[in-house]
Amino acid sequence: MEAVLFFAAALGALGGAVGVVALRNPFYGVLALIVHLFSLAVLFLLLSAAFVAAAQVVVYAGAVMVLYVFVVAYVGGDTEPVGDPIPGQKLLAPLLGAAVFIELSIAVLGSSLTALGTEGTDVGAGFGNPAAIGKLLLEDFLLAFEASSILLLLAAVGAVVLASKRSGMTVESAAGPASAGTPGESRPAEAGPAAPTGAAR
Amino acid sequence: MNIEWYIVLSSLLFAVGAMGILLRRSPIVILLCLELMLNAGNLALVAFSKMVGNQEGQVFAIVVMVVAACEVVIGLGLIVAIFRRKLPLDVDELTELRG
Repeated sequence: MEAVLFFAAALGALGGAVGVVALRNPFYGVLALIVHLFSLAVLFLLLSAAFVAAAQVVVYAGAVMVLYVFVVAYVGGDTEPVGDPIPGQKLLAPLLGAAVFIELSIAVLGSSLTALGTEGTDVGAGFGNPAAIGKLLLEDFLLAFEASSILLLLAAVGAVVLASKRSGMTVESAAGPASAGTPGESRPAEAGPAAPTGAAR
Repeated sequence: MNIEWYIVLSSLLFAVGAMGILLRRSPIVILLCLELMLNAGNLALVAFSKMVGNQEGQVFAIVVMVVAACEVVIGLGLIVAIFRRKLPLDVDELTELRG
């Protein structure tokens, strides 16, 4: 039973990952990532990490993916053009991915960790439940807990600053030679007042 | 299931994520591939935590999740800012920081 669940979840996780890489439309990529995250939550449950699985589903598949869907809907899910700007990129990237996989497998399976071949330690029923994880977070890892709360606050403030309408960054660089080829950039109405703001900052 | 199955699956997912970052050109999809790589790391952390019978690896996985959420928020903020300034959403054309 456990093996069946493992292989089903592993297939889901792998299929979701390949879907993210292969699908042209970013919106379908986000949906494939949701499949991947749910399958990973099943794997976490198999590894008796109930709280991590629940957090995975609620935080990742819930909140973060909603954010992704909103942004993809906002910027428009343009399918990206075919054709590789770097010659041979489509051939070299899978080769490099395969090399990374082989290297990681050799590094892990060739290590002297004899416990890798076992099913892991026999853990009790309370292993990985919210009470145990919460106790660890608030006692042994209090510093990491507080640091991550500050990190979350900074990220929220940073996102508001980055995505706000106020033009903090100057726009005239958009009309530079790098993007001169694409039509319709650098709205002139905004480019004018943006320059003094940038200078004042 | 033996722990090595989980570890091999984790390295496979990591390799797929790395391949996606090399292959794709849309910043949104590159962020999605970063998520794949972070989640592969999470799977390895939880698998090793089961292997040694210690819950601290799961705490690490939760902290990785927090860092991933922050990274997503900042990355999507950058994408919205790029889009607002009418720049192309293509990492091959956003070359202003190239030396």
